[in-house]
Amino acid sequence: MADAALDPHAAIATTASGVGSGTLTTADGMPLARALAHSQRRARRRAFLLVLPLLAFILITFVVPIGQMLARSFHNDGFSANMPQVSAWFASTEHGTAPDDAAWTALAQDLVASADARSIGVVGTRINYDMPGTRSLFTATGRQVRRGLEPPYQEALLEINEAWGDPRLWSVMRSASTPVTANFYLAAVDRTRDEDGNIQQVEEQQRIYLTLFWRTFWLSAVITGLTFILGFPIAHLLATLPMRKSNLLMILVLLPFWTSLLVRTTSWMVLLQQQGVINDILVWMGIIGGDARLQMIYNRTGTIIAMTHILLPFMILPLYSVMRTINPAYVRAARSLGATSWTAFRRVYFPQTLPGLGAGAMLVFILAVGYYITPALVGGSSGQLISNMIAQHMTGTLNWSMAAALAALLLGSVLILYWLYDRLVGVDNLKLG
Amino acid sequence: MLDDRHGDAFVAFEHVQKSYDGQTLVVKDLNLSIGRGEFLTMLGPSGSGKTTCLMMLAGFETATNGEIRLDGRPINQVPPHKRGIGMVFQNYALFPHMTVGENLSFPLEVRGMGKDERQTRIARALDMVQMGKFANRRPAQLSGGQQQRIALARALVFDPELVLMDEPLGALDKQLREHMQFEIKHLHEKLGITVVYVTHDQGEALTMSDRIAVFNDGRIQQLAPPSDLYERPENIFVASFIGENNVLPGTIEQLDGDRALVRLDGGGVIDATAVNIREKGQRTTVSIRPERVEFKPEMMSQGAHTIEAQVMEVIYMGDILRARLKVAGSDNFVMKMRNTIGQTRLDPGQVIRIGWHPQDARALDPI
Repeated sequence: MADAALDPHAAIATTASGVGSGTLTTADGMPLARALAHSQRRARRRAFLLVLPLLAFILITFVVPIGQMLARSFHNDGFSANMPQVSAWFASTEHGTAPDDAAWTALAQDLVASADARSIGVVGTRINYDMPGTRSLFTATGRQVRRGLEPPYQEALLEINEAWGDPRLWSVMRSASTPVTANFYLAAVDRTRDEDGNIQQVEEQQRIYLTLFWRTFWLSAVITGLTFILGFPIAHLLATLPMRKSNLLMILVLLPFWTSLLVRTTSWMVLLQQQGVINDILVWMGIIGGDARLQMIYNRTGTIIAMTHILLPFMILPLYSVMRTINPAYVRAARSLGATSWTAFRRVYFPQTLPGLGAGAMLVFILAVGYYITPALVGGSSGQLISNMIAQHMTGTLNWSMAAALAALLLGSVLILYWLYDRLVGVDNLKLG
Repeated sequence: MLDDRHGDAFVAFEHVQKSYDGQTLVVKDLNLSIGRGEFLTMLGPSGSGKTTCLMMLAGFETATNGEIRLDGRPINQVPPHKRGIGMVFQNYALFPHMTVGENLSFPLEVRGMGKDERQTRIARALDMVQMGKFANRRPAQLSGGQQQRIALARALVFDPELVLMDEPLGALDKQLREHMQFEIKHLHEKLGITVVYVTHDQGEALTMSDRIAVFNDGRIQQLAPPSDLYERPENIFVASFIGENNVLPGTIEQLDGDRALVRLDGGGVIDATAVNIREKGQRTTVSIRPERVEFKPEMMSQGAHTIEAQVMEVIYMGDILRARLKVAGSDNFVMKMRNTIGQTRLDPGQVIRIGWHPQDARALDPI
């Protein structure tokens, strides 16, 4: 019976026998759907085993670390784990309750314990994220309390540093007393909480992230537009030139891929800097004066130029793959039907390149939004993007939660864009190659 | 309708030459006049220059030399969209991102036609090809034959006087192709348009055309109505390209006007009609259609020369019987016999005498 079911032909050949009974069955009475699944099980299992190594690789090296990283954006137990007693007091009291004796006692005992366990720096760092300048309060107090702390604790702590009485500090500690927090996301959009826990904008000179997000998306859009304007004619040439010439052109298009990113970026420095090749030529030709050399690098212009160059192939290749399949007869047909060459392009050729254009624009935009190395090297201060700030938090301030929150926002906005694209154009229309 | 004078021609090619690489000529000195309302087919093997001629007429290729005139007006410098020529392409070239209705609307829109008139014309054109209900479909949702009809309707919707067709039926299966041949032919008759049709299928050319121009090697080999082309080929290329044909090489023994006596290389003497033969002693190739070969003495003309033939095999093909004979040393001489009740059945190995009317054996240039 099992042998018969394993043979798909047997199942097909015997379907007629089960027609009368409602659901189709094989000759030996097994439901047809089950027989089919059974007969294909072996092949499926083998196919799954083939992709298993890749699946494991992606899980271990990609999904798990990224998931952990993203978890940091809303989960940070630097305070709550090391200050259990005061965290318990916060949990048992209402928001906005003034610290009573029990609170001061809990705080003092936690501080002593944490100082002894040498985790006071971690606690200070956590509070410092929400209230800059407080890390030293914790570490300095920690040094003092290790020498001994006598009740009454309120007076003793205030004597060490008056800042312990600051209601804002208590508000921040309250919000840090649970490991799950939205504060990093608030900070990532230039918001903070006042002492009553209300969300408000940060001070004007500290508002940087929204500007950076805005600049990142704006520059990415500009770069996408530029790659389209530059890449479209090249893709068309690639698709229409005779094989030998188009192969050569294709090598030229791909050449940047085979060159180190650093070499490419450095060559842009050589070309674009104020004493660089382009400025020299412009001065030599008398277009600009020797004292009015253009600033084309270490600013936004440099970021745009270098990134457009680097991302150009990602626009050209999908466009090319789509254009290659467009039969030249379409444009001829349009011309013979009375359309000028411009109308034929606009109404017949261009609409057919949209799947490639969509794919190329999507690739370039998403890559540009997350680009890091080029803006860091040639962007100066005005050409920095949000990813440079993420890197800064990863390696400079070591505020990984903040980095994760910024990255999560970036990821979220790209997903929203993808969803919008799907709604407006349809992802089925995407042709990556 | 078949007037060949230059003055009256609707389409005229005059000394047209075309080269793509500056080294070789793809079209060598083409002279062709097409009358108003004529159905002219350009027939030839691939690479013979027929499609290039069509593309020059449509305006997608420029003539290297010579002049092309449309309705008396030189059009060498006129861009394709101003020629007002309808065209049906090999793979239909229906715009895939537009519906059938939008495809048909396109030529009317670019002519600045109002919405109401567009609707009327689209409906009329779709009805003409019996596709009235398909205006909202996409080309990809249609079968090959339906796409073919839409392509035809699109080429006709703006009322062009001249319609070019570049192997429009090449992608269809045999039955559908034959059906569409008649439909195109009827449309041509009904609308009175001039059609220039390119194909490499000789059956299609014979069925549809008023005249056929047989192309080979960049030249028109013969320009004639289908029956002339089949029955009176003027050179050996046309004789062997159109239909099935027997060729017998030989030498002219006697020449009396257009009546010639040919001594075959493999032995034997036959009667033939001299076509492009000028003098006695010249080498020639005699061409005879398989269905014009006779083996019953009563069917042959009085005093005609006959030659001996040995039956190699007889193939039963349903409507006809096809005998392969050994004649004058060559064993691929074909004779076709109608499969009638009284037909004599031949057996392999049998020796018979075959002959024909002198006008059916055409002494042409040697291969």
